[in-house]
Amino acid sequence: MTGRIFYENSEISQKFRGAERPLLAVRGLTKRYGARIGCAEVSFDLWPGEVLGIVGESGSGKSTLLSCLAGHLAPDEGEVVFDTADGLRDTVAMAEAERRRLARTDWAFVHQNPRDGLRMGVSAGGNVGERLMAVGARNYGTIRGQALDWLGRVEIAADRIDDRPRAFSGGMQQRLQIARNLVTGPRLVFMDEPTGGLDVSVQARLLDLLRGLVREMGLSVIIVTHDLAVVRLLADRLMVMKGGRVVEQGLTDQVLDDPQHAYTQLLVSSVLQV
Amino acid sequence: MSDYNFAYLDEQTKRMIRRAILKGVAIPGYQVPFASREMPMPYGWGTGGVQVTAACLVPEDRLKVIDQGADDTTNAVSIRRFFQKTAGVEVTEATAEATIIQTRHRIPETPLTEGQIFVYQVPIPEPLRFLEPRETETRRMHELEEYGLMHVKLYEDIARHGTIATSYDYPVRVEGRYVMDPSPIPKFDNPKLSGNPALQLFGAGREQRIYALPPYSQVVSLDFEDHPFVASKAEHDCDLCGAADSYLDEVITDDQGNRMFVCSDTDYCRGRRAAGQVGRLGGEAA
Amino acid sequence: MIQVSDLSKSFTLHNQGGAVIPVMAGATLSVAPGECVGLTGASGAGKSTLMRMVYGNYLAAEGSIRVGDLDVAGAEPREIIALRRRTLGYVSQFLRVVPRVPTIEVVAEPLLVLGVARDEARGRAAALLARLNIPERLWALSPTTFSGGEQQRVNIARGFVHGYPALLLDEPTASLDAANREVVLELIEEAKARGAAILGIFHDEGARARVCDRLVDVTCFTPGLA
Repeated sequence: MTGRIFYENSEISQKFRGAERPLLAVRGLTKRYGARIGCAEVSFDLWPGEVLGIVGESGSGKSTLLSCLAGHLAPDEGEVVFDTADGLRDTVAMAEAERRRLARTDWAFVHQNPRDGLRMGVSAGGNVGERLMAVGARNYGTIRGQALDWLGRVEIAADRIDDRPRAFSGGMQQRLQIARNLVTGPRLVFMDEPTGGLDVSVQARLLDLLRGLVREMGLSVIIVTHDLAVVRLLADRLMVMKGGRVVEQGLTDQVLDDPQHAYTQLLVSSVLQV
Repeated sequence: MSDYNFAYLDEQTKRMIRRAILKGVAIPGYQVPFASREMPMPYGWGTGGVQVTAACLVPEDRLKVIDQGADDTTNAVSIRRFFQKTAGVEVTEATAEATIIQTRHRIPETPLTEGQIFVYQVPIPEPLRFLEPRETETRRMHELEEYGLMHVKLYEDIARHGTIATSYDYPVRVEGRYVMDPSPIPKFDNPKLSGNPALQLFGAGREQRIYALPPYSQVVSLDFEDHPFVASKAEHDCDLCGAADSYLDEVITDDQGNRMFVCSDTDYCRGRRAAGQVGRLGGEAA
Repeated sequence: MIQVSDLSKSFTLHNQGGAVIPVMAGATLSVAPGECVGLTGASGAGKSTLMRMVYGNYLAAEGSIRVGDLDVAGAEPREIIALRRRTLGYVSQFLRVVPRVPTIEVVAEPLLVLGVARDEARGRAAALLARLNIPERLWALSPTTFSGGEQQRVNIARGFVHGYPALLLDEPTASLDAANREVVLELIEEAKARGAAILGIFHDEGARARVCDRLVDVTCFTPGLA
C-alpha cells in the first residue's frame, strides 16, 4: 500500500479524510507530445454521484485528458488519485495489472464509436457478460440472467440477446456498450462523446437513459463532448478547455449562462439557437 | 546416416530449442517463443513437433509417431521414417514401449508412464486468438491473467447450441495460472492431460511457440458451474475390439450409409484384439 | 432564510472589446421563513439577474448571498448542487428538459434525486399535475410539445413537488388563465404557510398584492440609476 503512505501528508489526503470525500482527485496532470502540449496542469476533484462535463473544440486537449484519467495514456506529470477499496491510490503510479483490474471493476469507459467498445463478433449477451466473467462469474444461468436484466434496462428487447451488435442500429449499439460497461456496477464512468455519432432523436433517448442510470446507480461520470446541449442536460459541473488548459470551471448552468473567460463566451455565443 | 547431423537439426538449433523447452517446463502452460527452422516438410505437417522431437532424441530412444491415434497414416509414417533416416533410432507402434511419442490430435488410450516424453504438434498455440486477434494484447492478457474472454467463447457456445459445443481444442488452465490450448485433441482426451506421469511438450512450428506440461501438472478444462465440462465420445463400442472406453472414429463402409465405429488408437485396438477381445464386426473385418 | 448583503455584479464582454457592464451594486435584502418578498423595478433593472445570482446561476463579483447555512457567492459547485437539491427551488420562465421524457417523470425528478421511492414520487407529481389542470392523457408525453401555458404549469409543478425551504419564482403566473393563476397563488400561500422563504418577480399586480409581504425595488441596486 505505498499509495496510502504516499498520501499521508498531502493536501489530497486531508480532503479524503472526512466521511464525505471525493472519489477522484486530479492534480497537475500534464501530457506533452514532444514540444506540443496535450493537456497541462489540470487539477480537479470529482465527488461521488457527480457528473463532470469537459468541453472544448477539437484539439483542446479534452480527449487527451480523458485518456490520461482513464489510464489509456501515461501522463508526463501529475496524479490521479482514486478512492479504491484498498484506500487512496495514485492510478498513474499503479502497476498496469492493477490499473486494468480497476478498469474492469470500479471504472468503465464508453467510447464514441461503439465498435471500439464492443466485441462485434460476440452476441449482445456475451458482450454484456464479458465483464462479469472477467471478474470471476462462472454460472452461465446467472450471467445470462444479468445480461437480460441489463438489456432491459437499456431498452433492448430480450429476444435480441443472441444477436451480434453488427445487426443493431447505432443507438442500440451505444446502449449495448453502456450495458456492457455498467453490468459490474462501476463507480466511475468515463465517456468520450457518447452521443457523437447519433441522430438527434436517438441522442435524446440516450441522454434520458444516462440520466436515469446516473441517478439510480449513484454514478460519478466524466463526460467529454463538444456538444453544449448535452452537458447542460447531463453535467452538474463543467470544465472548459482550450490549448490543453482548463480556462474555466464551475456549475454547468453558471458557466454556460454567465461565462467569465473570453473563450467560453465565444463558445457559448457560437451555438446556434433552435 | 553420415549425410545428416544426428536427428537432422544442427547442435546449436537443438540447444536453442532445448532452452525453450526448459523454460516451458519451468513455467507450465506458458508459450515460449523460439526460432522455428525450415523443415523438409510443409507447415501443418508437424514442423513444430518434429523440431521438439529432434531436440529431445538420443540414440537410445525408441520413437512412436501417431496421427489421429493411428500409426499407419501418411503423416505418421513419414515423420517416423524421417527420424529413422536422420537419427537411426528404433521405432515402435506400442505405446508402452516408446520413450518418445510424437502425436497429432490424440493422446493414446494406454496410460503414459514416467520417463516418457509426449510431443504434440500444434497448429495455433494461442487459445485467446478466437476473440482477440492482436498478439500484443493476448500476451498482455496472459501476463495479467485476464481470462474472462475464454469464458465468453464458451458462453457463446452455450447461447448458440444450448451446450458447450467445442469438442476439440478445448481450452484448459494449467496449475491455476496459464490458459493453454491443448492442440486439437478431442475433449475426450483432456482429462489425460492432468496428473500425467509423462513429460508433455507442445511445438508450434509456424507460430514459433513451445510450451510444456511437466509430469503430474494439474490441468483443468474451463467450464461453467451449471454447464460442467464433459469428456464425451461417440455412444458406441469399438466394432473391432469391443472397447467401451476408447475414443472412436466413425467409418463409412459403403454407399448405403452403413458405418462402423473403430478405436482411433490403432495400437490399443490391435492389442485388445490380440488378447482375444472381439467387437460387433470384429470377426469379418479382421 | 435568504440574506443578500452588499452584492455587486458586472458583465465583461471579452469579445466586444472587453466592455465592462456593471449591472448591480450594493444589493441588500433578506427573506424570512414564511415570508414572500417581491422584486420590482423596470425591465432591465436587474430583477432576474438578482434571482439568478441567488440561485448560483450567475457569479457574484462582491458581497454575500446566504441561503440557509450556505454563502452561495463563495460556495463550491457541489455545495450549490446540494443546496438546489434539498433547500432552494427555482421556477424559471423556461422549461429545460431532455426531449421525450414524460411529463410525469419531469415533475417527479426532483423527488427521485432526493431518494424518494418511485411510486411515491410519481404519486405526488400526479397529484400536482392534476391540481394544475394538466390533462392526464398528457402526462406520458414530453412537455417539449406543450403550449406555453402548459409548459409553465409543468415548470411550476416541478418547483413545488418538493417542499423547498426557499423558493425563487420568476413570473409564476404569466401566461396562465384565471383558474390556473388561482391554483398557483394557492400553492404559494401554502408554501408560505409551511414556512418557505419566497423571493419572486410578479408583473401581475393582483398576484403581487395578494402573496407578497414586502416589495424591494431593485432600481436602487442598479448602478447609475440609484
